[in-house]
Amino acid sequence: MPLLEVRELEKQFGGLKAIAGLNFSVPEKIIFSVIGPNGAGKTTLFNLLTNVYRPSSGSILFQGKDITAMPSFRIAEIGITRTFQNLQVFLNMTALENVMVGCHLHSRAGLISAAVRLPSVIREEKRVRRMAMEALEFCGLLDVADMPADALPYGILKKLEIARALAARPRLLLMDEPAAGLNDTETMEMCGLITRICQSGITIILVEHNMSLVMEISHHVLVLNYGELLAQGSPYEVQHNQEVISAYLGEG
Amino acid sequence: MKRLSGYYIFALVTLALPVLFPDNYYVTVVGVTVCTNIVLAVSLNLLMGYAGQISLGHAAFFGLGAYFSAVLTIKYGVNPWLAMTAGAVSVAALSYVLSRPILKLKGHYLAMATLGLGIIVHILFVQADQLTGGPDGMSGLPALTVFGCAVDTDLKWYWVFAVFMLLSVLFSLNIARSRAGRALAAVHGSEIAAQMLGVDTARVKSHVFVFSAVLACVTGSLFAHQQDFVSPESFSFFFSIELVTMVVLGGLGSTFGAVVGAVLLSLLPEVLIVFEDFEVLIFGAILMVIMIFLPQGLFVALEQTFSRIINRKRREPADAAA
Repeated sequence: MPLLEVRELEKQFGGLKAIAGLNFSVPEKIIFSVIGPNGAGKTTLFNLLTNVYRPSSGSILFQGKDITAMPSFRIAEIGITRTFQNLQVFLNMTALENVMVGCHLHSRAGLISAAVRLPSVIREEKRVRRMAMEALEFCGLLDVADMPADALPYGILKKLEIARALAARPRLLLMDEPAAGLNDTETMEMCGLITRICQSGITIILVEHNMSLVMEISHHVLVLNYGELLAQGSPYEVQHNQEVISAYLGEG
Repeated sequence: MKRLSGYYIFALVTLALPVLFPDNYYVTVVGVTVCTNIVLAVSLNLLMGYAGQISLGHAAFFGLGAYFSAVLTIKYGVNPWLAMTAGAVSVAALSYVLSRPILKLKGHYLAMATLGLGIIVHILFVQADQLTGGPDGMSGLPALTVFGCAVDTDLKWYWVFAVFMLLSVLFSLNIARSRAGRALAAVHGSEIAAQMLGVDTARVKSHVFVFSAVLACVTGSLFAHQQDFVSPESFSFFFSIELVTMVVLGGLGSTFGAVVGAVLLSLLPEVLIVFEDFEVLIFGAILMVIMIFLPQGLFVALEQTFSRIINRKRREPADAAA
């Protein structure tokens, strides 16, 4: 059974079909990239998968379970989380606190027990802090743990968002342009980080414009054009697909 | 316990004041007002500062607590503590029911909705005169007894309010450094990101709304007993605005910011009384100057400056070594 299955997915904004009759499935523990020209519907697809937008029709199955109409926080609960193209770091917290929010699903304390600080809350805080530090370490961010997020440079924030998502211990991680705006060194690091995340057993769906990065690390590539599936296959197959070439370079 | 060292100093000062100055008007009488405002500002800060949800109707919950106590004890002879509990439970239920639809709104719309709530409750206090005594209010609440001892002097009231206030501040500080507090801050920072991490944002907002309303409600009950008088005037729209001002003035999102804001706004009129006719003008000017030059709030600005100095001191020896 594939980890994620998308069937006849469709999303209309007024008269515009942002996603039209999309079918694909994502097997477990691979890096699955979604590419396509600007406006092809890549971010819309992510928003549909996490129910930021409700699909016009079609269904999304995660581990065989229909998640099409599930609220976003429940989707996170069953093991899907994401990072954002335009950063959504909590700038009102430190780096560590950001990642600690990522541990939300793996802790329980409510408002009242927190207010009176029960011993169980203190124990849980210690555990959550440890979990968050592990995620920061995995992303190489230990030395900025106590820095306020709004004082951190862009490249670090990109990684911080990933650390926060990892702290939620997802089975499927959706990454929306993790290398956008990064310089060459940072892009190399990001490449390594994504590969390591996949090796740790997390399936990744990657939206990215940096083609050399996509072709280097992906196991499977899906090409979208005007909301429709144009082609899919191994990076090599996609690179040599005539339709893909013409969509990217324009018809000769 | 470095986390709470500031709190312990604050608690020590609060509890030492009545011992050092048991007959001072500013301590025993003004002190109670200050404590009341601190609890209200701190509870509003949970909602506004932590979760980023504005409320222009916080005085309504404060008023509901006061009227629940007054009406139930005076008209129906209910035991004060029972009346207070009944008020808290009712306000919890009411705020819970209201929270879901109201907190779906954002920004200006949320401000409008909470403003409406405050005004409706105020009109209720004025118009339901059979029950509330109308614009004249009502008096004659029975004395509150704590552990078999009647709270009947200014000094005793100060102790009751001081302990209640210190507990509220402690709760607020505890919440800030907890899963619940971080979830609130996450809602403030980015609601969509919070949801992607499994935070049920509607639920989190609803919980803090209820918590903050109940805290204000209990404060209202104590206030009614201490004043031995309630009237709609104390719970008007203007008081809600004053509470928002306290929170913003001290620094949104900081518990001690709310405390400083409340202390300042409660004491300033007392101090400025010497300027007589110009009192209000000077008061307004001070608020404007603070907000123009310290937009992040008085306490938060001082805290930042202080920590910057400490960091520099700490770095200097390191630089010298290098």
